[in-house]
Amino acid sequence: MTALTAGTHHRFESKPLLGGNRLYWVLLLVPAALMAALYMVPVANVLALSFTTPTLGLSNYVEMASNPAVLRVVITTLRICFVTTAVSLAIGYVVAYALVTSSNRQRRVLLIAIVASFWVSALIRAFAWVAILQPHGLLNDGLMAIGLIHRPLELVRNEIGVIIGMVHYMLPYAILPLFASMQGIDVKLMPAARTLGASRLFAFWHVFFPLSVPGLFGAGLLVLIFSLGFYVTPTILGGGKTMMIAEFISVQISETLRWGLAAALSSTLLAAVLVLTVILMRFVDVGRSIKH
Amino acid sequence: MASARQMGSGAAVKTTAWLTACYLMLPLLVIAPISLTPERYLSLPTGQLSSVHYESLITDHRWLSSIGDSLYVAVWATCLAVVTGVSFTLGAWRLSVPIARHLRVLMLAPMIVPPIVHAVAFYRAGAATGLIDTFTGLILVHAMKGLPFVVLSITATLATLPTNLDQAARSLGATPLQSLRWAILPQMMPGILSGAAFAFITSWDEIVVALFITSRHVFTLPRRIWDGLSDNIDPAIAALGTIFVLITIVVAIAREFRRPSKPSTP
Repeated sequence: MTALTAGTHHRFESKPLLGGNRLYWVLLLVPAALMAALYMVPVANVLALSFTTPTLGLSNYVEMASNPAVLRVVITTLRICFVTTAVSLAIGYVVAYALVTSSNRQRRVLLIAIVASFWVSALIRAFAWVAILQPHGLLNDGLMAIGLIHRPLELVRNEIGVIIGMVHYMLPYAILPLFASMQGIDVKLMPAARTLGASRLFAFWHVFFPLSVPGLFGAGLLVLIFSLGFYVTPTILGGGKTMMIAEFISVQISETLRWGLAAALSSTLLAAVLVLTVILMRFVDVGRSIKH
Repeated sequence: MASARQMGSGAAVKTTAWLTACYLMLPLLVIAPISLTPERYLSLPTGQLSSVHYESLITDHRWLSSIGDSLYVAVWATCLAVVTGVSFTLGAWRLSVPIARHLRVLMLAPMIVPPIVHAVAFYRAGAATGLIDTFTGLILVHAMKGLPFVVLSITATLATLPTNLDQAARSLGATPLQSLRWAILPQMMPGILSGAAFAFITSWDEIVVALFITSRHVFTLPRRIWDGLSDNIDPAIAALGTIFVLITIVVAIAREFRRPSKPSTP
């Protein structure tokens, strides 16, 4: 303790660099102030709004908890998010495992497909899914042409369409962190277990899988966080029929002009996402895993 | 190699991986044939191919003006994000004080907060400050949205740089600014470039905030596409998407081959 204080003291006392350091303090604090003023203040204002509009108090939260329409939207949102997360994790795990175990050439081709789809905007991808899935879209017309079905399948403007589009968007967010975490697992452990007599499945389940569980949690939380507040894909593929919370908030503002309720829903969504983020930060370096 | 095969994945794992790759590529690849249809509605070309939708991108002044708006906003937002991000990461790196770590969490917030939440927030703030439907408003918001990526990229680059680089340069006679300009900034360049690319794409693709705070004066490309999707779907979107997808695939391939491949077995 004394040593620490002495050290700090020393650093500030014997400071021919003070002038230089002042420059670095300015460099650090001005951007932070800018972010606080331009970003944090408006967001905090939404939180405040939820307690003050139209009247002071908890009325918006009371309404949120008792309004059957809100309840329906919340249940739809949670159902879609959990299905999306489960499917993305299941597929993502297998793909990540294939990535760590395949040859360089195959891994490269797989990574190109994953990263390319990751970079194309959600809007363009949602557009493509509409073209594929709509009643007279490519898939239905194709299936009817070969006589597999006689009436178009309903694949958009419902939960199926939303989930197909969302899983597509979320898969890279599942695969890339899982791949990163699996690369950190010592690959020699599996052959070691096999030479000791373990079957391939036994070696995977008792040696490899337990080591990959933290990565699985991290990827799952990441996908869940992005799914909960997702707007673009669910709105386009849900077609106004299947509504998730983000679209519901936007309808409250642009159509029914219920600012208080919209603010309460936004604050609740934000709180849920922040709690999940705090948990996530125990598993992975958030920034690194989503940037690839 | 032998141990990789022993650890290896069975046929089922391989098949799932390749099917997933097909699923990921499917929407990227179908828009190319759609973009070549001669019809005015979404369809696969049955007879002859047509470049009419590519031509409309160049001749239709609405697409052109939206491309202009998007470029203008993205370039300014990127510049702002890069200047702010360089400043912040430099300060955090040089001082390496605990508060810098906490402030870094603040700087990363726009990446985690759901877009709909900050869109609502900016709509309110914009109405209060008169920045609704102005370039200034959208540029400021996009800069804040791109900033986390700049901060992350540069922080990663600086992590390997010794903090006493500045002292070393100064002991050789450099002034603080000279040390910054000639010793430190060049080391940050890779992080700055990749952060700038991320910030640019963040702005270029951004739709949710644009839907809330712009209406007529500022009309970015995603906004135009969104409008094209909500009424009669215009195949020109497929033409535009095909161009984007081609660029993306080329960049993804180039990136993958520039990176040194990791051996299957360490």
